[in-house]
Amino acid sequence: MVTTSTTPASSTKSTPAPSGTRIPRRRGAGLWRRNVLPTTFLWVLVLLMAFPLLWFLLSSFKPGSELFSYPLSFLPRDWTLGGYVDAFDRVDFLRYLRNSTIVATVTTALTVFLCATTGYALAKYRNPWLSVLGLCILSMTMLPGEVILNPLFIVIRDLGLYNSLLGVIVPTVVTPTGVFMFRQFFLSVPDELLQAARIDGASEYRIFFGIMMPLARPIALTLAIISFQWRWNDYILPLIVLGDPKNYTLQIALRSLVGADNINWSVLLAASVLSMLPLVVLYLVFQRYITSSNINAGLKD
Amino acid sequence: MSTTLTTDAPAQAGASPPKRRKRRFGRHRLAPFLFTVLTAALFALFFVGPGVLGLSYSLTDYRGWGDAEFVGLANYAELLRDESFYGALGRTLVYALFSVPLAYCLSLSMAVALNAVRSKGKTAARIIFFLPWLVSPIVTGVIWRWMFGESFGFINYLIRLVGGGGLPWSSDADLSLAVVILASAWGGAAFNMLLFIAALNNVPQSYYEAARLDGANAWQLFRNITLPSIAPTSVLVILLTTLGQMKEFAMIQALNGGGPGTQNRLIVQYIYETGFERSQIGYASAASMVLLVVLMIIAIIQLWVSKRSGNAW
Repeated sequence: MVTTSTTPASSTKSTPAPSGTRIPRRRGAGLWRRNVLPTTFLWVLVLLMAFPLLWFLLSSFKPGSELFSYPLSFLPRDWTLGGYVDAFDRVDFLRYLRNSTIVATVTTALTVFLCATTGYALAKYRNPWLSVLGLCILSMTMLPGEVILNPLFIVIRDLGLYNSLLGVIVPTVVTPTGVFMFRQFFLSVPDELLQAARIDGASEYRIFFGIMMPLARPIALTLAIISFQWRWNDYILPLIVLGDPKNYTLQIALRSLVGADNINWSVLLAASVLSMLPLVVLYLVFQRYITSSNINAGLKD
Repeated sequence: MSTTLTTDAPAQAGASPPKRRKRRFGRHRLAPFLFTVLTAALFALFFVGPGVLGLSYSLTDYRGWGDAEFVGLANYAELLRDESFYGALGRTLVYALFSVPLAYCLSLSMAVALNAVRSKGKTAARIIFFLPWLVSPIVTGVIWRWMFGESFGFINYLIRLVGGGGLPWSSDADLSLAVVILASAWGGAAFNMLLFIAALNNVPQSYYEAARLDGANAWQLFRNITLPSIAPTSVLVILLTTLGQMKEFAMIQALNGGGPGTQNRLIVQYIYETGFERSQIGYASAASMVLLVVLMIIAIIQLWVSKRSGNAW
């Protein structure tokens, strides 16, 4: 499945394949069938997908009294930021935001670095050690983290990482998807490039950091965004590792809001919307790196 | 073993001259080793270690502290008689059975709609389709809980508007599970859509042209060309989705907490509660091992079916 192009950036535009279907036909009924029907289908789906988000977002701007008063209105009758103010006042939102940011950023940086070096070694060197490691990482996709929840906790606890952000960061750094994304990419880089650099006397490390990593920038960015999203939205590992509310990440804090006996909906709505903001900004900026089909590289291997 | 090597290797890289390195490690042995050693160490520590520990805990009565006593297969024997375990496992299978087809149809429809040559506004639609991917499982649960609230939710409001009585979305177990199924399809659609788009782009356009010349209509094109051509991706999507649904935890936690009561408690929640709230680590590990076996059986069955049927679908 490896594309022959060396830079995956060229394949990032995965717009639908151009079709040669412009056979002139009867106008009128044909136009209806060919243009209006697909467009309607598309936008009905868009409406279905967007509605829950939109309803949620608009509700977060309603004052607490309006949230439950019939008849419900789609747009807030009385726009307010009250819920957002409460989210900062009553919930220690900034602290959770900081914790989540630390966890997601540090893990992402480590993930990209380690997956790049490992993927590169798996693609460009041959020796028994690497074959074994490759198989091990492949087996990692078979055994999901949920299955080793209890023993993983014991390991983290015995390493003294219980209740520290480090305990959330370190276990999640190595991801098979990331390793295979890089391996797939480096396989498509011609070996001649490597040979030429070696003949010029460059050390293996210089080749990797000076030549290969710059080439792999689009992959690194894609993995960085995916990894940031994973770690930002992670729930189960922070749940078992972080015991002290001071160390909670956003997701755990939100869960404790929604798990309360009397849910404070106006705070919960606002805090949830706020928790999504960083990812939405990241997505809008780097949109083309995510929706490109490169994500499949590791999975379709 | 890998930890001792870690402390050793960097010193060598810095100090020893290249000639000696070559003699000791052969050509390009040290570099790939250094490139992978940290990954291997983390892998051993947080993956192999817990895997082996889990298997051995499942044979003991370990409770998280003190000494573990070897009890043989007693945990597994007890699991066989544990009705709450069966309940959780069965509920998880029911959930997967209903949510996988829905997730499949939704993400395929989105991909097909985006791939239609003549529809308008595809760039915007693509961005909107992808937004749910950004929403964390917890927030997904909150969003759908808000929509399906019994006394304040939008859906019950609509039902009352048209004269109905409002449905018990959170106090009836089956309706509650239905909301979870909808929410999971919504939240997981974007990623599968990407897989489908990639597959759809690889279907040769000439097939469609030839079929159109023969007078095939849109449904026939989809049924007889598109579906068979993307069959391998379909298998992949169904497999990944099934495995993902079997591990559902976070979203349902926020949506109904496995309720009403414990009726919608899925298997991962069962393992979590047994291991962490009742701290029966040995027993929870045995349940984990059973889950692992179930996951493997699902994967094997699906791969086997897809091999056997070839391109027949």
